[in-house]
Amino acid sequence: MAQAAKRITREYGEIEANPVAGISIRPIDEDMFKWNIELTGPKDSIYAGGTFKLLLTLPANYPFKPPILSFQTKIYHPNVSNDDKGSMCLGILRSDQWKPSCKIMAVLEMARGLLLEPNPDDAVETTIAEQFKTDKSQFEKNAKQWVKQYAK
Amino acid sequence: MSSDDEFMSDQMSDDAYGDDDDSLGEEFDEDDDQDFDDGKEDKPSRKAYEVDFKVFSDEQIRKSQQSQVEEVSSILGLPGEQCAILLRHFKWQKDRLIEKYMDGGEEVLEEAGLGQSYDTLPRLEKVRGFACDICCDDERGLDTYAMKCNHRYCVNCFRQYLESKIKDEGEATRIQCPSEGCSRIVDSKTVDLLVPAEVDNRYKELLNRTYVDDRPNLRWCPAPNCEYAVDCAVRPAQLHTIVPSVSCRCGHNFCFGCGFSEHQPCPCSLVKKWLKKCEDDSETANWISANTKECPKCISTIEKNGGCNHMTCRKCKHEFCWVCMGPWQEHGTSWYNCNRFEEKSGSEARDQQAKSRASLERYLHYYNRYANHDHSAKLDKDLYVKTEKKMTTLQSSSGMSWIEVQYLEAASKVLQQCRQTLKWTYAFAFYLERNNITYIFEDNQKDLEMAVEQLSELFEKPTDQLANAKKEMMDKTAYVNNRRIIVLEYTATGLAAENWKFTVDLK
Repeated sequence: MAQAAKRITREYGEIEANPVAGISIRPIDEDMFKWNIELTGPKDSIYAGGTFKLLLTLPANYPFKPPILSFQTKIYHPNVSNDDKGSMCLGILRSDQWKPSCKIMAVLEMARGLLLEPNPDDAVETTIAEQFKTDKSQFEKNAKQWVKQYAK
Repeated sequence: MSSDDEFMSDQMSDDAYGDDDDSLGEEFDEDDDQDFDDGKEDKPSRKAYEVDFKVFSDEQIRKSQQSQVEEVSSILGLPGEQCAILLRHFKWQKDRLIEKYMDGGEEVLEEAGLGQSYDTLPRLEKVRGFACDICCDDERGLDTYAMKCNHRYCVNCFRQYLESKIKDEGEATRIQCPSEGCSRIVDSKTVDLLVPAEVDNRYKELLNRTYVDDRPNLRWCPAPNCEYAVDCAVRPAQLHTIVPSVSCRCGHNFCFGCGFSEHQPCPCSLVKKWLKKCEDDSETANWISANTKECPKCISTIEKNGGCNHMTCRKCKHEFCWVCMGPWQEHGTSWYNCNRFEEKSGSEARDQQAKSRASLERYLHYYNRYANHDHSAKLDKDLYVKTEKKMTTLQSSSGMSWIEVQYLEAASKVLQQCRQTLKWTYAFAFYLERNNITYIFEDNQKDLEMAVEQLSELFEKPTDQLANAKKEMMDKTAYVNNRRIIVLEYTATGLAAENWKFTVDLK
C-alpha cells in the first residue's frame, strides 16, 4: 500500500508537470486511490463539444493490477457499457494485458483515443458495435444526440 | 525412448485401459491419424464406435514430461532446464524443435527467451543510480533484477509481479517481462530465483497443466477434482467421422473431442448445435419439459416419478405412453412407432406459417424424446441409489449372496448408459436427412428404446418379485446392451464412411 501510494504520488506529480490537453485530473481525497477525470471530446471526433466525467479507481495492489476506469457521463460508444456503471474493459485495462510499468496517463490517453476511434472488435456493447460497422451515419447521429443530451 | 517405454510398461501393466501399441512419448509425429488407423487394424476386436485411449495420472504425466526433456537434452546436448523451455515454446512438438534447432540453434534459443550466455545463472545485481520504474524506489544498495532484455526492476517489484501472475492469474508459460511492450517470456530459472518455494510449486503445477493443454493427444478429465488425463489419438479434423467417447479411471465418461459428457452417437458439432438450439428455444423447451402431463383420457394431471414410460392413470386406469401419449398396448407389439416422427407436413407446408409450425413441431418431437430420456436417466440414477437398498433387502429375504444380486447393479448401469445413448440418438436424428439408412437407423433406435422401456419396467417391480425375475432381468440386460451396440456400430460405421446425410454442415 505504501509502495502503491509512492508510485501514485509520483505519477500525479508527473501529470501535473506535463498536462495533456483535453485531460484533467483531480484526486478525490488524500489517499489518492480515486481520481475524478474530465475528458473533452476531441475536436475532430463525433464527441466534440462534450465533456465527459470519469472515475479512475486504483486497486490496493497497484501497479500490479490495472486501474479501473468508468464513465460517469453517459456516452454512446461501443467500448463503454451502457448502464449506470459506464465500465470499460479493453486493452491495457485488462489484467492479462496490463504491465506494472504502464502509467495512468497511458490509460487516460487510451480512453481519449477511443473517443477519436472506437474499437468495435473489442466491444462491450455489441449492438452499438454492429451499428458502428454497418450503419455509421445512424451511429454518429445517436452519439451526437447523446453528447447534446448528457455531456453538455 | 527406451526409458520411456519401460516406465510405461511398469506403470500401466495392470491397467485395464493400458494398450501397449504406442506410448505417450512416441506420439509427437504429425501423422497421428496414421497411427490411429494402424491401431484399428491391430485390434480387430474393437467396435467401430470405440477409440483407443489411455488414462494417465498426474505423476505419470510429470514423468513422461521429464523423459521427453531428457531425450531432447541428450540429442541437442543442452541442459535439461533449457530443453524444457524450448519444448514448451514449441508446444512439445519434439521433431519440429529438433529440426529447427539443427537449422539455427541461436535463433531458436533467442526466440524461446534463452539468450546466448544463458548457461550463467541469472543473478541479482546492485546498480548505481538505479530507480525502479514500478515502485519508484531509488534507495542505494537496492537489489535489482533484469532478464536478457535488460528491463531492470527492483527485486521486490519483480517478485510481486510474478506472484500476482502465478497466484492470481494462474499464468505459467506466458508471463512476459514487466516492461510495457516487451514480450520476452519469463523463464523458470528466473521464477526459481525470485519467488518463494510455495509459489514456485504452484508454478510447476501450472507448467504441468499446460503440458496437457498444449498436447493435442491429451485432455484432462473434466470431472470435478479428477486428476487424471486421457491420451487419445483422435484429432479435431476427424470429429465429423468419429465420436471419441473415453472413460476416465475416476468413472466419468466423456467425449475426448469436446470434453462434454459422453454423447454417442451424435458428433460433437451436432451436439453443440443441438444444445444451442435447445437453449435458444428454452421458453418452448421449458414449456414442453414441464414435469406434468394430462392423462389423454380423463385429463387428470399426472407427474412422472420413475424412469418407465408405461403410465397407468390412477383415476381412470387408462394405460398410455408418457412420450407419445398413445395407448400403451401398441408399445409391446409391432405397432410400436413412438420413436418415428410422422412427416405429414408435406401437403400442409404451402404457406410459410404452416412450414414454420411444422418445423417447430418436428423440433418438439425430437426435443421431447431427448428431454424425456434425459429426465428418465436422472430418475434412473436415483433408482441406482435405491438399487443398493434393494440388493441388501434381496440378500436377506431371498438368501442370495452379494455376488448373486450384482445383476441388479449391472442392469441399472446398462439402463443409465442406454438412456444416455437414446437421448443423443434424438439429437442425431433431428439433423438427419430422410433416406433409406435413416429408416434402418430408426428401426435400430426403436428396438433399443423398446428394450430399454421393458428393462426399466422390470426394475420397478417390488422387491419380493425381483428375485424371481433374475433370469429375465439378466437376459434383458444383455439384450438391451446388444441393441445399444447395434445402434452405435451402425451410426459409427456410417460416420466413418461419411454415409450419413445431414441437414447441416458437420465441419
